[in-house]
Amino acid sequence: MTVQTNAASWHRQFHCALAILKKNIRLYYLKPPVLIFGILFPVFFFLAFKMGRPIAAEDVVPGMVAMALWFTASAVGPLVTPWERNARTYERLIASPVSIHSILAGDVMSGLIFGTCLSVVPVLIGSLLTDTVIESLPLLIAGIILGALNFATLGVLLASPPASAPSNIMLLSNLVRLPLLFVSGIFVPLEQMPAWARWAAPVSPLSYATVLIRTAYGHEAFFPVWLSLFMLVFFAMVFFWVSCVFHNMWRARAL
Amino acid sequence: MKPAIEVHQLTRTFGRIKAVDRVAFDVYPGEVFGFLGPNGAGKTTTVRMLTGVIDPSDGTAVIQGHDIRRAPLRSRAHIAVVPEEANVYLDLTVWQNIMLMAELHGIPRRQRTGKADQLLDALGIADRKKQKARMLSKGLRQRLMLCAALVTDPEIIFLDEPTSGLDVESARLMRQIVADLNKDGLTVFLTTHNMTEAGDMCARVAIINSGRIAAIDTPENLRAAISSRQYVEVAFSMDLPDQDQLETITGVFEMKPALRRFTLYTDTPGQVAAEVVRWADQKGHQIAGISIHKPSLEDVYLHFTRTRRAGGSQ
Ligand SMILES: Nc1ncnc2c1ncn2[C@@H]1O[C@H](COP(=O)(O)OP(=O)(O)OP(=O)(O)O)[C@@H](O)[C@H]1O
Ligand SMILES: [Mg+2]
Repeated sequence: MTVQTNAASWHRQFHCALAILKKNIRLYYLKPPVLIFGILFPVFFFLAFKMGRPIAAEDVVPGMVAMALWFTASAVGPLVTPWERNARTYERLIASPVSIHSILAGDVMSGLIFGTCLSVVPVLIGSLLTDTVIESLPLLIAGIILGALNFATLGVLLASPPASAPSNIMLLSNLVRLPLLFVSGIFVPLEQMPAWARWAAPVSPLSYATVLIRTAYGHEAFFPVWLSLFMLVFFAMVFFWVSCVFHNMWRARAL
Repeated sequence: MKPAIEVHQLTRTFGRIKAVDRVAFDVYPGEVFGFLGPNGAGKTTTVRMLTGVIDPSDGTAVIQGHDIRRAPLRSRAHIAVVPEEANVYLDLTVWQNIMLMAELHGIPRRQRTGKADQLLDALGIADRKKQKARMLSKGLRQRLMLCAALVTDPEIIFLDEPTSGLDVESARLMRQIVADLNKDGLTVFLTTHNMTEAGDMCARVAIINSGRIAAIDTPENLRAAISSRQYVEVAFSMDLPDQDQLETITGVFEMKPALRRFTLYTDTPGQVAAEVVRWADQKGHQIAGISIHKPSLEDVYLHFTRTRRAGGSQ
């Protein structure tokens, strides 16, 4: 696909991405899979993890925020493209004069906004009901927004394979998201994890977001803050680029 | 005149199937171009390549001067499409569906709302504006698809079997709207199985069979090209004991009887008609009616799609 460099075309493609975002908000935010995997999952995991164990609130709250962000931000992406293919709206969408980049940018924004907004809930619960203190609000905001960006892009990437049914993509996305959840220092800080998990942690973008959020709540960071910020952006760019390649390659499959 | 669409040796294979095989044709600005062919001939695949949905395996096309492979966004900026099996967004309202397409084509707000209202009126779904598309019947959804395509102010519209499954009224309405817009300069690429529709609407038609173009011309020229399929139709007011003699009249290739009505295929219909009258006079049979027919587009279609199939691939 040719990269059109002039400003007018960038401006237009940006507007298209916003139109896609608006469509996604209207269509997909309230779809059952988004609600189940985006809201019920984190609540359920949180309860399962907390049940009957005396854990200090300052460990629980950052973990809760990171986990909510992980599930919510990555819930929208895997739904959109498979659903559009299944509902037979995809062909018309990709026949419009909108680049695959803009379509996917709109999809990423949908997950980003969904995740960012919903992660406010555990932050508020933590601040109001426990005695945790946010030591660095800018770091918390940066962690949440960059984390949401990253996870939303991962969600979009997971949506690219041409599946005959949206549920197959849901399965795939959980196969990827759940294992990463356990090596990212959410339930147990990375420094207390076994060696193999500490080896696996750097490949999970969730680790970096968790580091930022835990640091914001006053914990010692396992990775340096600058590295975490860099890795979140870096992973997001790689995910987005690979998404564009895959979505473009597989766009006509399973129409 | 510079063509609106130039197709050069466009080819698409799926595994070992050649769905579209070195297809080439031009569509001129302002014409309605018909694309006819049996099921599986490669019509939808061609439309999908031209609208950027799938990549050609080989060859290319140029739409309004923009190569579909080198400048896909620019070539798609001029077109709108009503795909064969597509659907509208069921959970968006009629209005939201139309606005989404207009926004994706970069139509300014003022222009798109005005245009949309006008189209909704023309298509008779103005009162459904605020309803979810889920509430619409199949025919009304198809009208909405057309509406969402036309609101983008296209120079060329691709319609892939737009009237299949519609009732007479809806189909006629769609044809009427497209014909009106065509008068104002819209170029139309129409895929259809309905020969009457093709004959009435299209300036030129291409017949595609097994991925290859079998014929391209105006419907009149195509009909003339198969002059052997002209026929004389004659009806008698009584049963004929000697009807088989009709087939032996000079110039008749084939006779098809149906009750007291006979169809005689010939390339000299005038002479055959005169001969039939003379024969009836002689035998004392009374003719109830006699008429000469050019082959219909359907005859042309069957002629080209059958020969090709019988002859195998070329
Ligand atoms: N995605 C695909 N994968 C594999 N084969 C395909 C695919 N799409 C089309 N084909 C094959 O390509 C050939 C042409 O199909 P196409 O849909 O273009 O036909 P058509 O002319 O539109 O037929 P119809 O009148 O039934 O709509 C068929 O043999 C079909 O099976
Ligand atoms: Mg078709």
